[in-house]
Amino acid sequence: MTDVALVELHVNGERHDLAIPPRRTLADVLRHDLGLTGTHVGCEHGICGACTVLVDGAPARACLLFAIQVENAEIRTVESLADPDGGLSDLQQCFSEHHGLQCGFCTPGFLMLAEGYLAEEPEATREEIREVVASNLCRCTGYQTITDAIDDCASRRRAALQAALDTAPEPTAGSTA
Amino acid sequence: MKPATFTYHRASSVRDAVGLLSELAEEEPKLLAGGQSLVAMMNYRMARPGHLVDITHVPGLAGIRRSTGDDGRAILRIGALTTHRAVEKADLGPEFAVLSRAMRWVGHLPIRTRGTVGGSIAHADATAEWCLLAVLLDARIVAEGPAGRREIGAGEFFLGPFTTALEPDEVIVEIVFDRPAPRAALTEYADRRGDFAVVAAGADLDTGSVVLGGVATVPQLVRAAGTPDEIADALDLRDEPGVPAAYRRGLARTLVARARAEAAATTEEDSNG
Ligand SMILES: Cc1cc2nc3c(=O)[nH]c(=O)nc-3n(C[C@H](O)[C@H](O)[C@H](O)COP(=O)(O)OP(=O)(O)OC[C@H]3O[C@@H](n4cnc5c(N)ncnc54)[C@H](O)[C@@H]3O)c2cc1C
Ligand code: FES
Ligand code: FES
Repeated sequence: MTDVALVELHVNGERHDLAIPPRRTLADVLRHDLGLTGTHVGCEHGICGACTVLVDGAPARACLLFAIQVENAEIRTVESLADPDGGLSDLQQCFSEHHGLQCGFCTPGFLMLAEGYLAEEPEATREEIREVVASNLCRCTGYQTITDAIDDCASRRRAALQAALDTAPEPTAGSTA
Repeated sequence: MKPATFTYHRASSVRDAVGLLSELAEEEPKLLAGGQSLVAMMNYRMARPGHLVDITHVPGLAGIRRSTGDDGRAILRIGALTTHRAVEKADLGPEFAVLSRAMRWVGHLPIRTRGTVGGSIAHADATAEWCLLAVLLDARIVAEGPAGRREIGAGEFFLGPFTTALEPDEVIVEIVFDRPAPRAALTEYADRRGDFAVVAAGADLDTGSVVLGGVATVPQLVRAAGTPDEIADALDLRDEPGVPAAYRRGLARTLVARARAEAAATTEEDSNG
């Protein structure tokens, strides 16, 4: 193989065809080739979590993956959270309301960590959320407000789901047959 | 930092991967699985492989299979590409639940979603949970090379720091656990949750064995183990910067007792519920 490889990446629902060296990490491809600078890079060895993105729904360190490895995966970055018109997602809204950020450097990583985790564990307890947020480093907040934000978002999602179930029309006779 | 240049190969099968490793033997080829150890080392340029053979697209290498042996005992086969997270979430039955429970000690969630069982065993960090579990439960490591497949007992597999009995052109295919361990537990101490352990201890009450990590260059198995004091006193430890021998010995003593207590408690939980 030559120094440059053709790589097809699927990021935030869009397909990108790239000619990149195989040694380029997913984090660098997102930032430098795709201009998605919401994904931050801190340590480049898996410790800080600033580069956390979703790979097929699961939180992963983009600095420890080569883009060429994840060709057929669905990648999601922090840019996928807000509405196209800039309206914050419920998770981002909770971070804002609970002051789950100060300098904001770590925030994209925490958002994607929480986004992936809550999708898998909607019933997560506060204790479990505390353990998961220990995955990433934050030098500013002391983690309390990040935990509050994620916990609140999980509660609101559960309440919304319950409300939707409560107001759902009764199935009419025969509809389940 | 950024990794040095390498040539990328995507293996389509284990045979293909073995072929590439043999063919490129002169040019420092390396297998790439979860990348959670290798890519970090490449970013530091502590590792500069000339070729990476990516096995993450090989079909059939991920997954857990449970079967029953001739004597009726449960047997667990864990494919090399199975992630730590998949084991954490799997229902392995009371015989092997110790494996799922131990996964909470392996790094953090985003490491566990990518890091693999085969990669951990091949990397052979002396405190890695998978290495300790394999030794404690007498697991067998199935590897494929140019001459076919062979099985290596975990007790003969770990030879030194990051050194194993694996040949450079062999690929780990699966790990076989064929001795149920319903009364076993692994516990550890790290300065920060998710870091590699300073000392880790595992205990299997049915065999009476204890395994210790962080006290030597390979996992230390003590068969017919005595009291925590006897085990800790017998360790050959040296003072290291920041970690005096006495501190490590104290940790070993506490953790052996804790692992045994946890192993006993899981049995009670199972029989109560
Ligand atoms: C922040 C952080 C914290 C961590 N904490 C822990 C921890 O607490 N405990 C722990 O155990 N681990 C920890 N890890 C390491 C993690 O568990 C890795 O997943 C594991 O050590 C290697 O598995 P991998 O699949 O990522 O392998 P890779 O990084 O892809 O490969 C590692 C080595 O194994 C070889 N290899 C991979 N697969 C095979 C195979 N099938 N056959 C033969 N050789 C193979 C590779 O060539 C390479 O030499 C941590 C990692 C990070 C980044
Ligand atoms: S930059 Fe990836 S974990 Fe720090
Ligand atoms: S808000 Fe500054 S590092 Fe987290």
